[in-house]
Amino acid sequence: MTVKGLKVSGRSLALLGLGIAALALLLVWGGEALAWAQDNRVVLVQAVVTGLLLGGVYSLVSMGLTLIFGVLDILNFAHGAFMALAMYASFVLVRNAGFGPYLSLLISVPLLFFIGALVQRVLLDRVMDQPHENQLLLTFGLALLIENVLLMVFTATPRTVEFPYAQTGIPLGITTIQGPLNVFGAVADLPRVIAFLGSLVIAGGLFYLLQRTSLGTAIRAVAENPDGAAMVGIDVRRMHVITFGLGTACVAAAGTLVLPFLSLQPTTGEQFNVIAFVVVVLGGLGNVVGALVGGILIGLVQELGGAFVPGVDKLFFVFVVFVLTLLLRPQGLFGRKS
Amino acid sequence: MEVLRRFDRDLLVLAAGVLVLIPVPLFLSGFLLEVAIQTLLFGLLGVAWNLMGGFAGQFSFGHAAFFGIGAYATAVVVTDYGLSPWIGMLLGAALAAAFGVLVGFLSFRYGLKGVFFALATFAFAEMLRLIFRSLEAVNAARGFNIPIQSGNPWLTLQFPQGSPNYYYVILALLALTLLVVILLMRSRAGTFILSIRENEDAAAALGVNPMRYKLLAVAVSAALTAIGGAFYVQYFFFIDPDLAFGAGVSIQILLPAIVGGIGTIWGPVVGALIIIVLGQGSTALVRTPPPFLDVLQGVSGLDVAIYGALIVLVVLFLPRGVFGTLRERLRAA
Repeated sequence: MTVKGLKVSGRSLALLGLGIAALALLLVWGGEALAWAQDNRVVLVQAVVTGLLLGGVYSLVSMGLTLIFGVLDILNFAHGAFMALAMYASFVLVRNAGFGPYLSLLISVPLLFFIGALVQRVLLDRVMDQPHENQLLLTFGLALLIENVLLMVFTATPRTVEFPYAQTGIPLGITTIQGPLNVFGAVADLPRVIAFLGSLVIAGGLFYLLQRTSLGTAIRAVAENPDGAAMVGIDVRRMHVITFGLGTACVAAAGTLVLPFLSLQPTTGEQFNVIAFVVVVLGGLGNVVGALVGGILIGLVQELGGAFVPGVDKLFFVFVVFVLTLLLRPQGLFGRKS
Repeated sequence: MEVLRRFDRDLLVLAAGVLVLIPVPLFLSGFLLEVAIQTLLFGLLGVAWNLMGGFAGQFSFGHAAFFGIGAYATAVVVTDYGLSPWIGMLLGAALAAAFGVLVGFLSFRYGLKGVFFALATFAFAEMLRLIFRSLEAVNAARGFNIPIQSGNPWLTLQFPQGSPNYYYVILALLALTLLVVILLMRSRAGTFILSIRENEDAAAALGVNPMRYKLLAVAVSAALTAIGGAFYVQYFFFIDPDLAFGAGVSIQILLPAIVGGIGTIWGPVVGALIIIVLGQGSTALVRTPPPFLDVLQGVSGLDVAIYGALIVLVVLFLPRGVFGTLRERLRAA
């Protein structure tokens, strides 16, 4: 459609319509909502804080997923199962080997890197040239297998791991940080803060690895153009194996970091898997920075939606955002139209 | 012409198959009859999914939406209005078709393909699940228990436990589903649907309206799936949001087609047989294991783990499914 020489696409018209509708809603209910927000300031601040902290973890889970999608073009349904696997590995280390939960990262992350690399090398490598759906099904079958073997070994009993600094606080040189922290009147549990900060640190590390090292350059080259990468002497299959390992290592780190404040069951990873899909689509497939921002956004959407509209499952708002993104910006918030 | 003859042969196979399957309840009872009924039910769901996911090439990861709509329509009609479940079945089929057209129109309108389309269908099913979980009008997360109705059991679709009549009902519904799919696929519309799957741009260039025929496939597939959902409610007497709209349901619906052979008429039926027999077999094994395997007593998870392993093996070694691969081998020989 063309208006006064300007090309107008259906999509931008739809966006315009949505914008107008949102504005109208704001005018009608804006005043009331503002008054409500003032009355419920604490609830809202709490929702922002919780959403932000949770979003950091979503980011870390999603970065692994988006990396795998960006480089291997595989939509990984086993991501959540790998997360649960890492959590059980940490759980066993804490219970039976006397590890602290954060120390167990040293084992769970390399272990899951190895398992992920093995899965890519032995299973997925054989179906790389098959349709997307077959790869998706393979990872889905793998997820069922992992989750149910975990169920057979550990049963469905929810397991918990104690936060090691609950009583003593975290000794930091001269001072000790006692939880929970108070942020503008909202409560921020220490384990959640640690998970958030840990996610940011690992995200930074991943970003550095991808942008500043020769391994990262090779991985990005494979993502950009596998044939070209092979032509200049990059071992594409090896990069695929390493990338899948990195992706599962990310989700392993996320799993271990959330262990002190989440009860663990074989299906614990599933909801993270679903949310990570939303985040990955929102941030743009294969966009690591997009996953970071998208994860935090989704965390906020979930918690703020839950605060504004109590009685509806928080995840509902996440799916609304998901469907709108799929329909209106399938290239992601930051992606350019291909 | 070759294609026409193949579908005529399919009609013959269908007639012969139904004739062979009619006396089955004479030989099976109890647990085995249950396995047979579930095989037919998931065969029906697989055939319905396959119309959209296989023949039309629109891989759906959210058929639970249609299944759940059929199930809930029946539950509401029977529980709240005391009407016959057959009315619920028809209503559910109509509603599911309408919902399918809505989802399909939005997705196709914005050019969603492949993985993105699969994710969109998944998201719509999840949204329905979350809405139904918090909607008091449909008993929220508690779901529906179907009350016992009085009257002609063929009208209320309620038979005593272990009755072979459930078997005859689902056999008839499966035969109907197969008939619809075979007739649709050998019609002009079916040829258009296939041509769009193979090359949408070329089909459009030749004057086939891709949107119209993709939506047709989605609507019929959704309506047939809803019929399966309606039967499910009447057979198990219970439905809740997770059983109706859960992601696991979507998987169970697409699995028969994948295992049996995507885009073939008979693949989903073969796939349903393999899946249900393996699934129920391993469940039974865990419940009452033979003496040398008694460590398995009461271990939960084994049956689904076997499912998972089965999917992995099928994708690795039989990417066209059991029936699809066999047919290919036979043709090559």
